[in-house]
Amino acid sequence: MASAIFFYIFAALAVGSGAAVILTKNPVHAVLFLILAFFNAAGLFVLLSAEFLAMLLVIVYVGAVAVLFLFVVMMLDVDFAELKAGFIKNAGIGALVGGIVLAEILALVGYRGLTAASTLNVASPVPAAGSDITNTQALGEILYTKYVYFFEASGLILFVAMIGAIVLTLKHREGVKRQSISAQVARGPKTGLEIIKVPSGGSVIPPAAKHPEAAE
Amino acid sequence: MLESLQTFMTDYGWNLLALVGFSLLLLVVLLIIIAFLLLMDRKVWAAVQMRRGPNVVGPFGLLQSFADLLKFVLKETIIPAGSDKAVFLLAPLATAVFALASWAVIPVNQNSWGKWVISDMNVGILYLTAISSLGVYGIIMGGWASNSKYPFMGSLRSAAQMVSYEVSIGFVIVCVILCVGSLNVTDIVNAQRAGLGTRVGLTSSFLDWHWLPLFPMFVVFFISALAETNRPPFDLVEAESELVAGFMVEYSSTPYLLYMLGEYVAITTMCALTTILFLGGWLPPVDLWPLNAIPGILWFLLKLVFVFFMFAMVKAMVPRYRYDQLMRLGWKVFLPLSLVMVILTAAVLQFGGFLS
Repeated sequence: MASAIFFYIFAALAVGSGAAVILTKNPVHAVLFLILAFFNAAGLFVLLSAEFLAMLLVIVYVGAVAVLFLFVVMMLDVDFAELKAGFIKNAGIGALVGGIVLAEILALVGYRGLTAASTLNVASPVPAAGSDITNTQALGEILYTKYVYFFEASGLILFVAMIGAIVLTLKHREGVKRQSISAQVARGPKTGLEIIKVPSGGSVIPPAAKHPEAAE
Repeated sequence: MLESLQTFMTDYGWNLLALVGFSLLLLVVLLIIIAFLLLMDRKVWAAVQMRRGPNVVGPFGLLQSFADLLKFVLKETIIPAGSDKAVFLLAPLATAVFALASWAVIPVNQNSWGKWVISDMNVGILYLTAISSLGVYGIIMGGWASNSKYPFMGSLRSAAQMVSYEVSIGFVIVCVILCVGSLNVTDIVNAQRAGLGTRVGLTSSFLDWHWLPLFPMFVVFFISALAETNRPPFDLVEAESELVAGFMVEYSSTPYLLYMLGEYVAITTMCALTTILFLGGWLPPVDLWPLNAIPGILWFLLKLVFVFFMFAMVKAMVPRYRYDQLMRLGWKVFLPLSLVMVILTAAVLQFGGFLS
């Protein structure tokens, strides 16, 4: 009974905040509602006793991805009038894509092969009732033992994608002064200090004027 | 109706009441402890600078924090005209609530009565990481809702800093979890009953705790905890001698109090987490008579206060970092170091015969 109450609270809040994401006018509010929706989805995962997934959802999506969303949305200067004009223009395409996704979901739900018996065969993140392994362990066995090569392959793909993103954006500018901390730390009296004998009555050009980088 | 209420009460009600009671007890004790930790922070800082620190309110200034509380609560809350009012008020509340929520899974003791923890969930340490990564929202929301340039810049700085150091904190926690083999916070403490010390003959002693085998990670965790909670020398957000107050510029009275409270609760959480992960939680330093007769909660408190003392000493002694130095330390020093340590720990555990 208590889990039913919590299910309806989380489900209603998730649907409500999901609707608010697209209905609210302020994009920052939309992202905040999106975060609320993530939270409620995590709550639903907890009710399914998939607490590992729930925590990962909060850590990855709420703690990292949504922060970047917020950064971008706050920094961008969004023009509302332009946004609304785009809405009318693209409404047809949006409705088409939405319709296709809806049809696909309905087809999947209505698919006859998807019986209760077949869903049991799907590798589930929630261990079978009565077994004493936690769902963290169950997930680990599936991901790191059974499908370890797929896991490694996906890791490699992500790694390549990351390097690609860095290569695309990294501009190594020449002629910029950079701090070399190890050089600074290694600097001692022998390298940082120079004692010059100045002849009485004469003058000496300080070495700093000859080597500008030494003046730092 | 009455019958269903009765079954509800027997099924959930008493548990719920007990839960609420214990939570309130924990929160009240925690807040009182934090009031005195805050005073200790200022006293330590003052002692290092050869000042007296707060010494007017109450004997030795013991009631200073309560006087501050009253002052904040009684002042007028000023909400800037151009601000987004709902988000502006929600932000400090979120900071304080998220900071307090992490105490739900922190065990303070375990004895014949059971585990002294509100929720002994089996992914407790993940819950802690999740909740501490949410602390950044209070800051971003506050900075944005103020609708002013300086708070916004301050909040961006602070958020980038917190997100950066969460990465290394996560890897440190992974190292500890590898050694423990469980995500449960109570298990992490109990795993420190046997370790290196047991191997050299000092069973259940301070040599068993994780600080010794994972010493580099202990140092990384301590420094990352300073950065994560925006403590000096990483307090670039509200560098008191240079900036005004970062993302808190527009805040006053109770909302400001909530921010400060959230900050200090987060610091105390980090101290508790250091205690649990590396200093053996409520375990006595040596399992001998006069020491193991002391209740575990006192040991826990003692270690927490010791870690907090180190936080305060760092604040007093270390000069502030520059922002690019801070980012360099997080991404170019701690991240590779902790990544290598994760692999090294896993390799030692696998090939050193520790997994049997």
